[in-house]
Amino acid sequence: MTEAAIEVRGLVKRFGENVAVDGIDLTVPAGTVYGVLGPNGAGKTTTVKMLATLLKPDGGEARVFGRDVVREADDVRGLVSMTGQYASVDEDLTGTENLVLLARLLGYSKKAAAARSELFLETLGLTAAADRQVKNYSGGMRRRLDIAASLLSVPKLLFLDEPTTGLDPRSRNQVWEIVRAIVDQGTTVLLTTQYLDEADQLASRIAVIDEGRVIAEGTKGELKASIGGGSVHVRLRDSSRREEAATLLAETLGADVQRDADPVALTARLRETRTAGDDAVTELAAHQTGVALGELARAGIIVDSFSMGQPSLDEVFLALTNRPAVSEEVA
Amino acid sequence: MTTQSTTSPELSAPRTDELAKVFITERPPRPSAWSASATFGWRALLKIKHVPEQLFDVTLFPIMMTLMFTYLFGGALAGSPTDYLQFFLPGILVVSIVMITMYTGLSVNTDIEKGVFDRFRTLPIWRPAPMVGYLLGDGFRYAIASTVIIVMGLILGFRPAGGVTGVLAGVAVLLAFCFALSWVWTMFGLLLRSDKSVMGVSMMVVMPLSFLSSAYVDPATMPNWLEALVAVNPITFAVDSVRGLMSGEWPGTDLLWLSILSVALVAIFGTATMRLYNRK
Repeated sequence: MTEAAIEVRGLVKRFGENVAVDGIDLTVPAGTVYGVLGPNGAGKTTTVKMLATLLKPDGGEARVFGRDVVREADDVRGLVSMTGQYASVDEDLTGTENLVLLARLLGYSKKAAAARSELFLETLGLTAAADRQVKNYSGGMRRRLDIAASLLSVPKLLFLDEPTTGLDPRSRNQVWEIVRAIVDQGTTVLLTTQYLDEADQLASRIAVIDEGRVIAEGTKGELKASIGGGSVHVRLRDSSRREEAATLLAETLGADVQRDADPVALTARLRETRTAGDDAVTELAAHQTGVALGELARAGIIVDSFSMGQPSLDEVFLALTNRPAVSEEVA
Repeated sequence: MTTQSTTSPELSAPRTDELAKVFITERPPRPSAWSASATFGWRALLKIKHVPEQLFDVTLFPIMMTLMFTYLFGGALAGSPTDYLQFFLPGILVVSIVMITMYTGLSVNTDIEKGVFDRFRTLPIWRPAPMVGYLLGDGFRYAIASTVIIVMGLILGFRPAGGVTGVLAGVAVLLAFCFALSWVWTMFGLLLRSDKSVMGVSMMVVMPLSFLSSAYVDPATMPNWLEALVAVNPITFAVDSVRGLMSGEWPGTDLLWLSILSVALVAIFGTATMRLYNRK
């Protein structure tokens, strides 16, 4: 039996009147990236802080690799690392000094600490900035150093609390690449994010949190399938053939066809609701779409462009909360 | 962000394929309580190295205080500044260093705001180590300030009867007392929300305590009620101990009370600090 990396039952945290975490249950399998998705103020950071022994829960129970986060806090600290929303590195110190400091605190000798920090700086592409004070780092570099600091101890479980908030797309991709590499090494990652595509890109299972509660949980495929099987979008050359095309699509796809505001566009929502893995759903949709396009061609209707896709997590979020998730504006 | 361009060398891409090489799960044994504290002390020294401006507090401020009071009060209180200095220098030494201890609370408070604290708190180390580290770093600052004041005093004509031994013993006693006193400020640093309030509260405590002590004038010249108050002021015990040692006497009673007081400060405020630290 594989041990769960995190097991949380009925976790509660109050700050005065405000209930930040209101009975959260989570089970995070070891060796995966688990996404905790939710808008600002949903209770993500508070949950992570409790799991990382930074906050004491007011109720419920949480175990990290079987160790209780309150009673066995010291054991838990030996297994986890946390990269917070705000870089937890010392701005006055240089990159090297930050890492050497932490390596020494983990018990490495002076020599070993220096060697180790050099290796990590190199791996994360920070060698050229090693001797500069962190306050002169860019946001992306700072975040990478922060992750390096978290990895020094080779944690079994890494908390990444909104690791790409405020980063430009390039730095964001680099952080994602690092996260994938970390998981390949066997570390479990608990990722909190308000970016839907981040969860989509990295996480295998996702819990959607809103107002301190888990409102949905499952694999990406399950979450998406719970609101439908995806959609096919076509643009026609000739708007006068739209009705004809709509009928054809409805017949071949067995789907509702929506006439978009654009007079040449049609969107068909596939009614595939069975819970299948991501790939199965995609394959089925791809096959059906191919058939439908063939039918349109046979009828002499010219298709200028078409696209197909699964419902986005955005749509999932909207369906679950009846309100749109945070907009994703990345500069 | 404009600071990032594809050509800047520091933005070389992470080498994620190399991660396996550095991911050695084998870990050294945990550092001892002392080793962890010393590492945090090293951090404090690095901060002084990178932000040397903070040494103004421990150099210029004491020089200013010593000069100001020696020449302001010297003639009136003891006939001449040089005569006053023999009495006053140990006093201003204690007062200056006690004032500098307030900065401990400030550093704690700033660190909490910056988030680096959260990282320290998730490390499997001896819990008080970060706090003790601050105090070790501050010990270095106190030592600098003490040297500055004593050298300044010697230049102005301070001639301690206790000689080198007496002066060193006095400084050692003072540093030990300040180490104990600093726990008051670490507690405030954790308790209060902003660095401004930490500074405000600390000043409210330190200002009256340092003036209503035996540092500036002989308590025998004060009204009885004030003399009684001054006699139980912790700063008075510190000043009398240091003054005694530097003038070549053995201030047994003062030292005893000072020791009891120091132990009590660590017991009460050290415990309070660690409770706040663990609960934060």
